[in-house]
Amino acid sequence: MSADGVWVYAIIRGAGAEDRVSGLRGVAGEPVHLIVSDELAAVVGVVDLDEYGQDALRRNLEDLDWVAQKARAHDAVITAVARSGSVIPVRMATVYLDDGHVRTLLENRRDDFEATLSRLCGRAELGVKVYADPKQLLTADSEQDDGGMRTGTAYLMRRRQQLASHEEAYRAAAVEADRIHTTLMRYAVDGRRKPPPDRSLSGRDEMTVLNGTYLVDSDAVGLFRETVAALGMSTGRLSLETTGPWPPYSFAGEPVSE
Amino acid sequence: MTDVLPAQDDRRIALVDLLDRVLAGGVVISGEVVLSIADVDLVVISLRTLVSSVSSLMSGEPGVGGDGDGRRPH
Repeated sequence: MSADGVWVYAIIRGAGAEDRVSGLRGVAGEPVHLIVSDELAAVVGVVDLDEYGQDALRRNLEDLDWVAQKARAHDAVITAVARSGSVIPVRMATVYLDDGHVRTLLENRRDDFEATLSRLCGRAELGVKVYADPKQLLTADSEQDDGGMRTGTAYLMRRRQQLASHEEAYRAAAVEADRIHTTLMRYAVDGRRKPPPDRSLSGRDEMTVLNGTYLVDSDAVGLFRETVAALGMSTGRLSLETTGPWPPYSFAGEPVSE
Repeated sequence: MTDVLPAQDDRRIALVDLLDRVLAGGVVISGEVVLSIADVDLVVISLRTLVSSVSSLMSGEPGVGGDGDGRRPH
């Protein structure tokens, strides 16, 4: 015999909420529904605790295929709901044991959630990543000929020079990334720098010098994108990439203790 | 299970960017949930490593713009 749990996708305003979730299906293929408390509604789905209970969840979260599939389903529900109004995305893998606890959460944190919904209303999140390609950074000075010298000393000198110029190039790239972030903040309501997602990839040819994410007014998204494009044109050695618009995942607020 | 994805979703999303948001973002609610924040955070850390190594595998030859998850989409 298995018990059910409640997977929480998002928190929205109660008004018109039914229409916003109508027809959506969630991480388990279950119909998405609402738990309502006064002005607020939690967007939830009923899931089997055999797969989504504590032990199962811990185990499944180690399985990249499982995580990838559930992450896309979780995001798809939130993205669909975000199209029709303000939404507070809830972190993936938030599962309650029953509806009552979700209702209690909505009651206890009503003021926080109301304030966050107002702040996020009419805004979307855009990600901007800036990559530095060492080959691009070092085109001019790194490939100098060592005059045919093959001695150990010559090698070490050349290697040291290379490392120094690498370091210098990265420092310059970091300064440029700072400038890009500062500029983008002027076109955003809020923004933050996240850790580079692939720090451990020493074998890669490109390095992420900025993993920024920005909260942008919906009607300014075009301008923001143009700004990214212009910044991309102004720098020859860095490449910029925009992702989104996302639901405002990174601006959903500080951790909430129930 | 892959066809249960519910909503119309025409965005191309790299997995690494997605996980960066659904697992590292979103409002975090503690108490009464089946998995604690600390548990999820631990999982996130190990996943990041996992995703990184997967994306490096999928990125193909250096200097070639791959389109695997975690790589820059074009």
